[in-house]
Amino acid sequence: MEFLYDLPAIGYVFQFIGWLIGVLPIIAPTIVAAAVPIGFGALCGFMNERSGVINIGIEGMMLTAAFVAWWTASLSAQLVPSTAFGPFGMSLPLLIGLAAAIGAAMLVSLVHAWLSITVRADQIISGTIINIFAVGITGYLNLLISQTAPPSAGQFRGLGLPSALTDLPLVGWLIDAFLDQGPIGLGLIIGIVVMQILLFRSRWGLRTRAVGEHPEAAETVGIDVIAMRYRNVIIGGVFAGLAGAYLTIEFGNSFQGEMTNGRGFIALAALIFGRWTPLGLMGASLLFTASEGIQRAVRFGPPEGPLGDFLSAIPTQFYGALPYLITIIVLAGVVGRSIGPAAVGQPYVREKRERRRTTVPAQPAETGAA
Amino acid sequence: MTDATAPETDRSTPPAATRGRGGEILDLVLLPSAAILLALVVGAVIMILSSPLTRGGFNLALPWTAYVALVQGSFGSFDAIVSTMSAATPLVLAGLAVGIGFKAGVFNIGAQGQFLMAGLAAAAMGVATAGLPPVAAIPLAVGAGLLAGAAYGFVPGFLKATTGAHEVVTTIMLNYVAIQFLAWAVSGPLRGENVTFARTETITTAVLPVLFGRDGHLGIAFAAIAVPLLAWLLFRSTLGFEIRTVGANPHAARYAGMRPRAILILTMSLSGMLAGLAGVAEILGKVHHIPAAYSTTVGFDAIAVALLGRSHPVGILFAGILFGAMRAGSGLMQIQAGIPVQMINVLQAVILFFLAADLIVRAVFRLRSSGESASELQTISASYGGGGTA
Repeated sequence: MEFLYDLPAIGYVFQFIGWLIGVLPIIAPTIVAAAVPIGFGALCGFMNERSGVINIGIEGMMLTAAFVAWWTASLSAQLVPSTAFGPFGMSLPLLIGLAAAIGAAMLVSLVHAWLSITVRADQIISGTIINIFAVGITGYLNLLISQTAPPSAGQFRGLGLPSALTDLPLVGWLIDAFLDQGPIGLGLIIGIVVMQILLFRSRWGLRTRAVGEHPEAAETVGIDVIAMRYRNVIIGGVFAGLAGAYLTIEFGNSFQGEMTNGRGFIALAALIFGRWTPLGLMGASLLFTASEGIQRAVRFGPPEGPLGDFLSAIPTQFYGALPYLITIIVLAGVVGRSIGPAAVGQPYVREKRERRRTTVPAQPAETGAA
Repeated sequence: MTDATAPETDRSTPPAATRGRGGEILDLVLLPSAAILLALVVGAVIMILSSPLTRGGFNLALPWTAYVALVQGSFGSFDAIVSTMSAATPLVLAGLAVGIGFKAGVFNIGAQGQFLMAGLAAAAMGVATAGLPPVAAIPLAVGAGLLAGAAYGFVPGFLKATTGAHEVVTTIMLNYVAIQFLAWAVSGPLRGENVTFARTETITTAVLPVLFGRDGHLGIAFAAIAVPLLAWLLFRSTLGFEIRTVGANPHAARYAGMRPRAILILTMSLSGMLAGLAGVAEILGKVHHIPAAYSTTVGFDAIAVALLGRSHPVGILFAGILFGAMRAGSGLMQIQAGIPVQMINVLQAVILFFLAADLIVRAVFRLRSSGESASELQTISASYGGGGTA
């Protein structure tokens, strides 16, 4: 193998791959953990955009959910017993926090759905409203609460797999990274697989795609476009809720103002880079967080020789900007064009059905006369 | 699909439309005022409901205390008025940036990135020209900022015109690229020598002079000039006519011999330049250096200002002053009423909510529908997914 590294120029590529294979098992758990909120956020965007609604308010939904999860969990820890039971270090306050986070994000989604579907306001403005409001209300309440400083309710723990599994050769580190997670992290893996199958293999998926691509055609075959969009946007809220809750009751156990820190927008980028499919957006989320992981690995253990010098010379901020740059490139179609659902962003006006309803009574009369 | 994306982006003042004066007043004055009033009510309810969190029991007088402090802090004294104007300056300029975009049918969410890049360029030039007298240093630093802002607006405009990549997504992405670029530049090559936190050297000769009061700097004059200038550009010049026509209907514009793509690129560059001027005024006029992690909400605030001002330069001026006053008065509100400054964001969001959902406002105040309201709130985002080109 080593002789490959000595090839001119291309040898560095081999050396980089070799180095990556070496460090990947070490950095994989942090990459996967960082990808969970982005994956869930992107899944929220997926539910919206596949049915024809833009959602740039993912960031705000996540932030709201993160705050609600943390706050309700710590409030309920003072009221109900917080003894852990079952796997994951589960406790009643944590479950209440999780449920409340999902509920809050669904509520915000309902507002987004109402504004973009019923009111037919510009969907980007609706998302903007959600983002501004979330920063305001969570920051406002957090500051009021911090004066009394409620104690944290703790956080969900990893599954804790036996070392026999995680020490397996070749796949052990993958099992460790992906399966040794808390309930929300594991939920993402299940969610991605289920949504991928549902999108391409179920009646719901077919209808959702129809509503997102050509709502008029969908309506003519009897699909209720409005109801479909409402339902999907609100289900999307569940995913945004999980993304937020992950930050404050699984990945960490505290809340800071604006702690989502742009993750909602990386999620949007992952959705686009993943071409609006669950597997794609998950891959994109992992790729994006790997960028950060590799940056850290370079800092702590760079490869030897000129390659190491080169990688260390790249500013850390470059790795941070990489996901966004890649997304712009993909969107501009420089390398493989990424094109979204055709009807996304267009409010649906149900006019055909109403016209039909007025013409229907006239027809029997005509046939009767004939 | 292209047909569906074209119309409706801006109905408030299509060049060739005839429109009742009453509808215009309703659209420009009544609806925004009603939305502000309703938002203040919602804000009061939130304050009352959340008051038990700090002092046991509901405090019904709290909103009154808070709003009085807010007004005092923003208009209560000469210094307060000056700080309101100072706070309004970047909001008005960035609001104009978003507003001119709306007129051309593009949604520039990238004001934040353009603001940061221009602020960085102005700071870099300001530090580099420390040896020059202000007469030379100020124009150089301002020029560098304007150029950087325009360039950062040009990129998404060019990408949209040539490849169809939607400007909403590209500008959001470019915002984060700008944040990372600023962090790199200021913690690396541009880092000042004796600074605790990563930031540039303090700008000396290129600092915008204070004209009046404590912080009444020259940047305020930039905003004061930009408003009539843009009003003239939009409503009295050929370019403005073309911008509004492209915004109203790109197909008709092309049919009339205009070049929608060129106008699109030009508008985005102009928009970036205006957002850049906001950054220039803030950095050269107020902060006098740029830190590696410059936290600003100007991008989203600008959208709120442009929407509340109905994309009209004069409306944007008033909306900018309103939000500037809120920012300026929020400090006193926090001190006197114990209301965290984040309440301002809540109020902004609720104002926008009522503007978007103007049917609620109409129902509450029994306003008749002009049938043509919510102009900018319609289908700006329509070409988002399919990558439709203008």
